[in-house]
Amino acid sequence: MGAPLTFKRVLSSGWLSFRRNGSLTVATILVMILTLSVIGGLLLLSVVTNSVLRDLEQKIDILVKFNKGTPENQILSVKRDIEALEDVAEVSYISADEALVNFRELHKNDPDILASLEELGSENPLPANLSVVGKESKNLAKVAEYIRGKNYPAIEPDGINYFEEENQRAIKNLSAIVRGIRTIGISIILVLGAISMLIAYNTVWIAIFTAREEINIMKLVGATNWYVRGPFIVEGALHGALAALVTTLLFFPVVWVASFQILKIGATVNLQTYFNENFVEFGLILLVIGVILGVGSSMIAIRRYLKI
Amino acid sequence: MILFENVSKIYSPTSIALQDVTLEIQPREFVSLVGPSGAGKSTILKLLIAEEMPTEGRVLLDGMEVTGLTLGELPYLRRRVGMVFQDYKLLANKTVYENIAFAMEAAGKADTEIQKSVPEALEIVDLVEKREHFPHELSGGEKQRVAIARAIINQPDVLMADEPTGNLDPVNTWEIVRLLQKINELGTTVLLATHDKQIVDYLDRRVISLERGKVIRDEMKGKYDL
Repeated sequence: MGAPLTFKRVLSSGWLSFRRNGSLTVATILVMILTLSVIGGLLLLSVVTNSVLRDLEQKIDILVKFNKGTPENQILSVKRDIEALEDVAEVSYISADEALVNFRELHKNDPDILASLEELGSENPLPANLSVVGKESKNLAKVAEYIRGKNYPAIEPDGINYFEEENQRAIKNLSAIVRGIRTIGISIILVLGAISMLIAYNTVWIAIFTAREEINIMKLVGATNWYVRGPFIVEGALHGALAALVTTLLFFPVVWVASFQILKIGATVNLQTYFNENFVEFGLILLVIGVILGVGSSMIAIRRYLKI
Repeated sequence: MILFENVSKIYSPTSIALQDVTLEIQPREFVSLVGPSGAGKSTILKLLIAEEMPTEGRVLLDGMEVTGLTLGELPYLRRRVGMVFQDYKLLANKTVYENIAFAMEAAGKADTEIQKSVPEALEIVDLVEKREHFPHELSGGEKQRVAIARAIINQPDVLMADEPTGNLDPVNTWEIVRLLQKINELGTTVLLATHDKQIVDYLDRRVISLERGKVIRDEMKGKYDL
């Protein structure tokens, strides 16, 4: 038997029953939309939590203040030393001028502070500094210790600011939250995923149960198992694909609303921008999961009717 | 040639469908299987297409052991044996044309061959006008003719009909019987399971009488005589 011919017939037959099975098709797709929405929602939730955590970790840094008037090349040499450390992710240099600009910006609504700055005239009271961000915030203590140990003359006495106790506590809390979110997230995925798969399987099973007489006839006129199974698999794949498409479209308004709420609680992640940039990948992930779900359910559900 | 060698089909000690049946059917024969309900007529047909497996004994079709086929080989056996049922077993969501074409598609025949053969089969069963109708738009006799067209479309060696006239009025019954005769004359072995005395007497061909799973009579020019 010509394989391309059979493949063509299986495809068109699957497409035909997809169209003719009206209400059952709708029911199956609805359940799959539910499943994919849960998975998609958790996917986006993990983006948000990861980004919030990264934000928070970025805020934990070591601030190294230099003596006033330290030449820039000396500061940059210290910067290179620190950058060479394994635990350091990034070192940024903020010159005294930049520090002053930042300071003004930060306190632009505070006339008292601005007034006292004016009193100083052209003199800049702020030192140049380096901000050191670790690869993992828990290793920052080690980095701070190292810098202290070097006794750089250019660094102000007590110029290495690392709020060890506060930071440690914050990091500990943070890690606990991260672990909590991951555990809860995975549990939700497992439980809801299993429930949705059972419902999807059940719906497909009903579809195949309805068609059992048809399957029996196909077998009796000499159709091979793959010829019988094929259209159901095509139909399952179409269910999954359509459900993935609808779910992705549904996420546009959902993300639009959620994005505002997330920005309101102070996170810097813009979920909407992220989604707009990544919805193709997002859709493809759902497509793959949807098709696997549809095809898998069909294959399992049809198995018992092929043993004639 | 169809050969049943000491075949038994036993579901349980109190439910014996066939008991030690030995039969030989030559090509181009027209054989009627007669007997009351539960005598084992349908079981013989089901064993021949391996829809059921015998508890004991062997079933052979042209030297091929039906009882030894794997699941993957069954479709090829079934394309050599056309099957007609009392309840027609047509696909409800396919038209007359599609129902017949389906058996050819499943057998992997080319589209051009299908487009040529299906109209010919429709001609034989006299349903050219109804080719685009769905089964629910047809009378019982018409449905059975579609089923016969489907059964012969792959030019099987054997056509089996299990009570094909059981649901039909006399006029339609005779149409079906004449159709089976015509197919037999064209060279196909026909196995007809029936309990219609008139048909069997009219045919005047070989009759195998069954009772409680046993062959009680096998006559080359038989009458319905139980």
